Amino acid sequence: MSEGEMARLMEEVEEKKKLIANIRTKPWRMQRRLVVLKEAQEFVDKFEGALGKGKGRKWYAYKVMMMKKWIKFQRDFENFRTACIPWERKIKEVESHFGSSVASYFIFLRWMYGMNLVLFGLTFGLVVIPEVLMGLPYGSIPRKTVPRAEQDTAQDYSVLMDFNGYCKYSVLFYGYYNDQRTVGLLKFRLPLSYLMVGIGSFGYSLMLVIRTMAKNADVGGGDGEEGEFTFAWKMFTSWDYLIGNSETADNKYASITTSFKESIVDEQENQKDENIHLRRFLRVLANFLITCSLGGSGYLIYFVVKRSQEFANRTDLSWYEKNELEIIMSLLGLVCPPLFETIAELEDYHPRIALKWQLGRIFALFLGNLYTFLFALFDEVNTKLEEEESIKNASIWALKEYYANYSRMFNDTDTTPPPMNPADVIRGPCWETAVGIEFVKLTVSDIQVSYLTILIMDFARAVIVRFLNYCWCWDLEAGFPSYGEFDISGNVLGLVFNQGMIWMGAFYAPGLVGINVLRLLSSMYYQCWAVMATNVPHERVFKASKSNNFYMGLLLLILFLSLLPVVYTIMSLPPSFDCGPFSGKNKMYDVVMETIDLDLPAFMGTLFSYAANPGLIIPAVLLAIYYLNSTSEAYQNSNMELKKKMQMVSREGIFSIETPEMRSDPGWMIR
Amino acid sequence: MGNKQTIFTDEQLDAYQDCTFFTRKEILRLHGRYHELAPHLVPMDYTNEPECKIPLALIVDMPELKENPFRNRIVESFSEDGAGNLSFNEFVDMFSVLSETAPRELKAIYAFKIYDFNVDNYLCKEDLEKTLNKLTKEELTSEEVELVCEKTIDEADLDGDNKLSYSDFENMITRAPDFLSTFHIRI
Repeated sequence: MSEGEMARLMEEVEEKKKLIANIRTKPWRMQRRLVVLKEAQEFVDKFEGALGKGKGRKWYAYKVMMMKKWIKFQRDFENFRTACIPWERKIKEVESHFGSSVASYFIFLRWMYGMNLVLFGLTFGLVVIPEVLMGLPYGSIPRKTVPRAEQDTAQDYSVLMDFNGYCKYSVLFYGYYNDQRTVGLLKFRLPLSYLMVGIGSFGYSLMLVIRTMAKNADVGGGDGEEGEFTFAWKMFTSWDYLIGNSETADNKYASITTSFKESIVDEQENQKDENIHLRRFLRVLANFLITCSLGGSGYLIYFVVKRSQEFANRTDLSWYEKNELEIIMSLLGLVCPPLFETIAELEDYHPRIALKWQLGRIFALFLGNLYTFLFALFDEVNTKLEEEESIKNASIWALKEYYANYSRMFNDTDTTPPPMNPADVIRGPCWETAVGIEFVKLTVSDIQVSYLTILIMDFARAVIVRFLNYCWCWDLEAGFPSYGEFDISGNVLGLVFNQGMIWMGAFYAPGLVGINVLRLLSSMYYQCWAVMATNVPHERVFKASKSNNFYMGLLLLILFLSLLPVVYTIMSLPPSFDCGPFSGKNKMYDVVMETIDLDLPAFMGTLFSYAANPGLIIPAVLLAIYYLNSTSEAYQNSNMELKKKMQMVSREGIFSIETPEMRSDPGWMIR
Repeated sequence: MGNKQTIFTDEQLDAYQDCTFFTRKEILRLHGRYHELAPHLVPMDYTNEPECKIPLALIVDMPELKENPFRNRIVESFSEDGAGNLSFNEFVDMFSVLSETAPRELKAIYAFKIYDFNVDNYLCKEDLEKTLNKLTKEELTSEEVELVCEKTIDEADLDGDNKLSYSDFENMITRAPDFLSTFHIRI
């Protein structure tokens, strides 16, 4: 075979391979696809053998075999992966009853669960297990022991519920971990691993969120202007093919009819000349009221945090006073959104726009609350850091006194006295554990409030409406209060902000990720049950289109905002002197420096010190940003060009996706 | 991974995996569903590719299709004889196109076929009227129906022939933000 023939044959084989890879996207009958697939595969098999003759035959045959094995492996892995996806039946049930928008919340929840599971695996496997297996046991060193003063109450239920007592001195919190550079036979570097896992969690989450956003970006479709194809889209995309329940279907028919009637009315009538000034005034008033309430809630939180600092010094607190901060924060998150919705009635926007405003305001509320909480918390941290100085001196003095007492008692100054009982050593305030405890308490109270809300607002309401209806004057089911509708945006935002808190708190409390995994798991079952048993499908159905990427974008923003406090802690705050894996260091990242100095060969140390130079990093990052920006612009431009071309071609009345088969066989559509 | 099944040969399963958006397990599950629809008609052993079709009436009874106003058209568009009798191949094909991972272009082609009631390769006024009446269960008055169909053709018709050809339809549907999420059946 000549060179030219060989090249042509190779090209044909490549084409057939491409056909095999894309055959499932061809709009043919299945029978035809199977036949074409078989032919193509036979062709490839036959001629790959022929091409194998000549130079490089063995290498070519080997390459082909590896490719086949790889394809088989990918296929098996794909099969395994889809078999592992949980809750598929449950989500399908919700979908058939409520449509795709409600089900999208549960799909989002499932995605979050997967991400948290991976984070939990990382934390548990690389931080908690080594400490438990290879570190010192409870009671051996001061940081791992409950102080003498607290030992009587350490097992009390109320103390444990506050995450004090035995809870505080356990693997759940930062303070338990020892600062030994290596532990156990394997010389596992625990402090380094702690830091790396902390940063790695953020890195993994970032990668996952961006990848999901990129995948979703395709689903959104091209950018059609709002109103370009109103009637056409209503006609061809309003029926949700996922609906499988007759009640839901009836609801859907009704809502589609209403939506058409509304569009017809809009089309026929000219908009009445409303009083523009009145509308503007009302909108300004509404915004003013909402800004006031946002400011009010921020101030309330600040005030409550200050009060909780005062409470920390007292011991005679009622249950309410102990949990005041968490209760107030959760209540604000519960009460303000409906308040915003009521005020927004003044504004009289189109529902889709009103939804966007509502989401924006809820976002601002949660963000403001979170950051006020954080600032107040860091105020507390600074106070604790000041306290540390005096306690450090006090503990050294106490140790000296202990030695002096010991030698006096035994009249023996030569033998070294045994170390002080860990329970008696004076402890520093350990601000990291305190911060961790705050986050855990906040998460737990959030869980409690959200579960109680579902129980009361949805379940109790449904029970009352169903059973009181028999003896009530007006129809409870049709009028007020009727059954609840599932609040998609509220729930998704709650999920997003909960994740933000987990990201922030996981560094100070490694057990928090585990708590969150349990929470998401139980949430899935609980909310699935609640939605099926107590909710009705939405009456008005409109979706904030591209809402999938909107929530992902929100998650990305929250990720960055949660990263900031942790990075600040690692870079600027000095760790406590007597608790946690970084105790005794000046800054937490000194662990990395130490590892580079001691564990890696010398030249790597000098390499890192050069590479870590900000004068090098900043230009490199700027350059990378500029490059990525210009490539993305180039892609956008070529995209625009292709779109214009398609429009031009379709306007000239030619098929836009004609293939050779179609051209030669005009009856392909009917077949 | 567990070769205990005797319904298909391995080559058949691999071929189905290449030709659809389903994994091996899903294809076996689909066969189970297909068999359930007519246990006396459908053989359990497909290794020698039996010729067996299930009539339209049994297929539109499936819970996934029961409530869909276009169920008859959906099944007819995927059947070779145009009357809605589906062989297993066509059954799998139908759910593959309607699955989550099928691309937009493929779905648009079949959406066009579904809404084309008189199968003339155009969406003319009668097709649109039928679609609208099915969507609203004939709750709209005839003037309203007339208005909506006119507006639809107005918006989407690019070549000015007062009916929607495939390219008009495709141009309109690929911009629709909800198309992929609503034109989806999970099985």
